[in-house]
Amino acid sequence: MTLAAVPPSSPLPTVPTVPGVRATARIRAIRAGDTTVLPTLVGDGPFDLRRARPHGSQARVCILAAMSAPLGGDRLRIDATAKHGADLHITTAAATIALRGPTTAHATYDVHLRLAEHARLHWLPHPLISAARSNLRQSCTIDLAATARLVLREETVLGRAGEGPGRLSTRLTVRRDGRPLLEQQATFGPGAPGWDGPAVLADHRAIGQILIVDPTLEHRPPHARLLGDDPATGQAVLTPLAGPALLITALAPDTLRLRRLLDAAHPIG
Amino acid sequence: MNRAALLVLADGRFPAGGHAHSGGAEEAVTAGRVRDVASLEAFCRGRLHTAGLVAAGLAAAAAAGYDPLLLEEAADARTAAPALRYTSRRLGRQLLRAARAAWPCAALDALATARPRGAHQPVVLGLAARCAGLTPLDAAHAATYESIGGPVTAAVRLLRLDPFDATAVLARLAPDMDHVAAEAADAAQRVQADGPAALPAASAPLLDITAEQHAVRGARLFAS
Repeated sequence: MTLAAVPPSSPLPTVPTVPGVRATARIRAIRAGDTTVLPTLVGDGPFDLRRARPHGSQARVCILAAMSAPLGGDRLRIDATAKHGADLHITTAAATIALRGPTTAHATYDVHLRLAEHARLHWLPHPLISAARSNLRQSCTIDLAATARLVLREETVLGRAGEGPGRLSTRLTVRRDGRPLLEQQATFGPGAPGWDGPAVLADHRAIGQILIVDPTLEHRPPHARLLGDDPATGQAVLTPLAGPALLITALAPDTLRLRRLLDAAHPIG
Repeated sequence: MNRAALLVLADGRFPAGGHAHSGGAEEAVTAGRVRDVASLEAFCRGRLHTAGLVAAGLAAAAAAGYDPLLLEEAADARTAAPALRYTSRRLGRQLLRAARAAWPCAALDALATARPRGAHQPVVLGLAARCAGLTPLDAAHAATYESIGGPVTAAVRLLRLDPFDATAVLARLAPDMDHVAAEAADAAQRVQADGPAALPAASAPLLDITAEQHAVRGARLFAS
């Protein structure tokens, strides 16, 4: 092995389309008596969907990614719908690691969650890790009926141990009863201006959010609350949104301390 | 076209109350994250490309004639921290008073009636620009400049920086401001067809966290 591991400069053979996997996972939950059943539970490509042991009236699904994904060029999509009165809990089996893959082109990872009246959804995936030289555009779009309830926890880690992050853009769009409730975008990594500066992340590399949407919050809105007063171990804030919802935003040096902050702000069993 | 009105609207001496706010710079100074010219510039670059871009998008859409009450809703959805929603409405209320005196206009009167406790500042800014005969791109420029002009002025006072060095920060970020304003005005062109979801929504976690820290701090020079 030499230090002069310069990639060959000769152009790659022209390929007609960007290589990459196109895959979709579909989950549909409906209420059946005292339980929630899953008439649709299908995934192709890297997605392998498993029924987990139900929890009372709640159906539980675990998403396994059988291959390393997403790589550059991949187009991945998860569609989950909780119909009227259904109670659905979705997790992933392991962290999702965005890697460079055979091309520098971006990958997309789009999650669409739909909640009908009186439905409840827990969306609790493992962390998303943006590895060096990866390029991922991730989005999460959520449509809730007025009486639906949501518990969402998302954690993002910028770079594996000892490396910088790839390029990652994220978008979270939450609409309740057809009106915008929360709209957030972020772009991190090489070429993204200001992301590691003192207004955005400073030197934190683990970012987490918990979003709770619950109509009962309309009558008892929470007060804003700060957590973690030592920037070395992370900091977080719980904020009431302009609607029956609260958002916890946490920043930490690593996932362990991030989860500790999120659990302190709002324990999720 | 009345370009000089843009200078009036964007002037720091325009009586809209902005001088009492640091745009998060005071809390960043207190936390030690902004301590010199270099870290001030990094702070401003981050603020410009997040809060500045969002404000510019809302302002450009309002200047283009999009329904200000739908933009109010879009501003709420893009402002997770209640301290920042409060500050935005407080600044919007003061700007609305000044703008109604400067450019009397039925649209500004209607917004004041619909939002007696204050509308979001970027929405008012865009509507004021429209009433002054300015373009959506002009409104976006005013919003981007304001998003970092305030923090720079505040940092000069808080850190006793050389005003020449501080102004050089703004000058170095001028190409970024042009870029952000153009991106915001482009997005505003898509609002009539695609709705407010077309507008930028770039978030800055530390600005949200520190806004709530600042709101409960006793001794402070700036309101935000």
